[in-house]
Amino acid sequence: MPLSLILSRALSALVTLFGVMVVVFVLVRVVPGDPISMMISPGATDADIAALRAHYGLDLPIWQQFWIWFGQVLHGNLGTSISMKQGVLTIIAQRLPATLELAIFALTMAVIWGGFIALVSTAWRGTWAERVIDNFNGIMLAVPDFIWALTFVLVLGVLVPVLPISGRSDPSIDAGLATQFYILEGLLRGKFAFVWDVLKHMLLPACALAFPLAAVIGRVLKNTMMDVMVQDYITLARIKGLSSIRILLQEALRNAAVPALALTGVQFTFLIGGTVITERIFSYPGIGNLAIDAVINRDLPLIQGLVLTFGIIFIIVNMLVDALTVWLNPRLRHA
Amino acid sequence: MIELSRRQLLQGGLAGMLLGQGLGITAAHAEGSTVTIAFNVNLPSWDPTTGLSAVNPTIQAIYRSVFDQFIGQKPDLEFQPGLLTEWGWSDDKKQVWMKVREGVKWHDGSPFTAEDVVWSLERAGKMDGGNPIAFIWSKIGNFKVDGNKITADVLQFEPTLFKWMSFLTGYVMPKAYYEKVGAEGFEAKPIGTGPYMVDQFERNAFVRLKANPDYWGGKPAFETVVFKFVPDATSRVAEIESGSSDVTVDVPFEEYDRLKAKDGLGGVVTPVSDIGMIFLNNDGPMLDKNVRMAAAISIDKKAIVDKLLRGYATPISTLEAPEYVAFDPSIVVPYDPEKAKELLKASGFGPDNPVKFTIQTTRGLKPKDYEMVQAIVGMWRKVGIEAEIEVYEIAKHYELRAADKLAPAAFYNWGNAIGDPTTSTGFSMFGPSPHSVWNTDDLDGMIGPLWGEADEQKRIDGWKAVDKYIAENAYVIPLIQYQQPILFKKSIKVTPNVAGSPEPAQMSPA
Repeated sequence: MPLSLILSRALSALVTLFGVMVVVFVLVRVVPGDPISMMISPGATDADIAALRAHYGLDLPIWQQFWIWFGQVLHGNLGTSISMKQGVLTIIAQRLPATLELAIFALTMAVIWGGFIALVSTAWRGTWAERVIDNFNGIMLAVPDFIWALTFVLVLGVLVPVLPISGRSDPSIDAGLATQFYILEGLLRGKFAFVWDVLKHMLLPACALAFPLAAVIGRVLKNTMMDVMVQDYITLARIKGLSSIRILLQEALRNAAVPALALTGVQFTFLIGGTVITERIFSYPGIGNLAIDAVINRDLPLIQGLVLTFGIIFIIVNMLVDALTVWLNPRLRHA
Repeated sequence: MIELSRRQLLQGGLAGMLLGQGLGITAAHAEGSTVTIAFNVNLPSWDPTTGLSAVNPTIQAIYRSVFDQFIGQKPDLEFQPGLLTEWGWSDDKKQVWMKVREGVKWHDGSPFTAEDVVWSLERAGKMDGGNPIAFIWSKIGNFKVDGNKITADVLQFEPTLFKWMSFLTGYVMPKAYYEKVGAEGFEAKPIGTGPYMVDQFERNAFVRLKANPDYWGGKPAFETVVFKFVPDATSRVAEIESGSSDVTVDVPFEEYDRLKAKDGLGGVVTPVSDIGMIFLNNDGPMLDKNVRMAAAISIDKKAIVDKLLRGYATPISTLEAPEYVAFDPSIVVPYDPEKAKELLKASGFGPDNPVKFTIQTTRGLKPKDYEMVQAIVGMWRKVGIEAEIEVYEIAKHYELRAADKLAPAAFYNWGNAIGDPTTSTGFSMFGPSPHSVWNTDDLDGMIGPLWGEADEQKRIDGWKAVDKYIAENAYVIPLIQYQQPILFKKSIKVTPNVAGSPEPAQMSPA
């Protein structure tokens, strides 16, 4: 990828981030709900309230508050959480790995499951099996992730309790890890029992997030594969005597995957957003769960830090998808 | 047809066996010396004396497990010695004295001393220290320590001072440790003198506590306590029903009734020190006493309790619940819709010409909050009051209340774990308080002198008179005293707490 393109993308990302910062900063200050009102004592005088507002820098004009915050962010300081009394960056760093592991696990499941649906549906096109798969896919697409979450809690947590429905790991296990990347560090340090426990806790929330995305991937990939299957090179492959499975996997899938990949990247950002409610339902300690408490408590620094974090994740994901798309499709390298 | 080799078969069988074992292990959890509580709120901060979490009544169950208060409180709200064994005022009420418990250790093994008490009180009293109740703590100062006895000057007489020592932010903090590790260090590794020590804390997930073997009040029954943070009510129901947790609180009443009938589960519902009420704002139609009285006496509270809350609440006529010290059972606001119609007619209103105003409420913050308001609006409509419901978040309620911009009627709840009238009627009805809504000179004139009344009987009688005056003028509409449902496995004995936060130190194997 040419350097100019990389620089152009980086600049675009910075502009996007700046826009996100402006929007979230202004929005949390104009929507109803004042954090100072939530913490004033019943005996507080007007002077006490003014002092408290000044203590948190909320007595300054919004534009001035923004530039102070902007300057802090440039120095890697996202401020101090009003409710948790710790640095926002510290809090997010503690919780972000949980969401990243959950999102990556969900994405992996979605890609595998969506790809499987597309391949099987294409292989059995024109049969009753294709119709059954398409209908099931339609249900997965129509049902939002939080409904899946509640369904899993009820069915697999209560009716047939085979999987845990809250938390990230069994509270009785002390794995003694140094980081919050439980799966990655657990595998590297050979704590397989702990990793297994974490995966069990992650399975239901990951499925809730993965199902709608898998349905999208399955539908788009199937459509592109159906287009590819009528191409001349596929006919040529059949004439050459290649097996159906080989044609499907080696000839059709490779060419059909690119459009689906781009859409997957976009949908993945929606999946990240979906972690907010899903993490809450499963009491999963990621940044999504954190975001809900931040909003309830009107913890302005924490809300700003979390939205900025989500923004950075979205930008990175989109850049990775663009790079992967170019790598997979040589025709785009010189576009 | 697909053929499997013997190796593939064995590998598949082993994988299946492990999978089944793993799935099977998941549903169980350690029993015996561990109690797991599916808790309804997260824990934002370990400092029980500053910030928002310090004034959250529910979180006190965790704080009281790790920290001790200056003065203790029994589950029925009665006060008892805590880290102070004796306390009192001088005869002229110009000084206070406190005796500090001896032989107590902090969780790190260092000795607890009177210096910790003094430091904690001085820190709490700093107006810029972040303690929301600093306005109480700052009323004593110039501390002197003589052995295990502390004396201090009364800078401003505060009759509820010692009660606050068992209430919000009334905790003793470790001076030497806190000064050594600082605020962030304390958040990372908090210590107290309480019955449990913090073993592991995963924010928004769980906190695991282990019993303090040297606890001055005796080692608690359970060796390990796990608070799982499960803010979603549906998930809490699932936690207790699946057996993943042993105790849970604040589940919907319908689920409570269903689950307590199941084998292996028990339940108890207890009146708590929390009431539901409708704030009235001295503005617009509420300036008319007839409108206010009509609104108050046309609400069938018993029907609301029986039909909406399944009997799990107590109708009240004042802001004092029966357990509170200033409760006066003779003050009764009747249910009289016909009288309500007469009052409205006298002011020119009726079902054909209703008085109109907005009533604000949260939705889902308290049990059936929105549904209660819907029912009340329906009752009002029959007598000639047309109220429009506006739903908002609790954060907006606080903002509007502080700015005195609430609607003419606004539903709210009010907790009061020390049961003193200053912390219910006082703060909610005294105009200058940013927590009050009704703001008129007549009421402020009655309440004002009571803040510093040194004669306790005169003080309580004064508050009762205030409550009666409020009821006669319908300056607020008290509705119900809440009851808290607690579900637990029958293998656990749970002692409900009127303060609304069942404490693990008061739980034991059945």
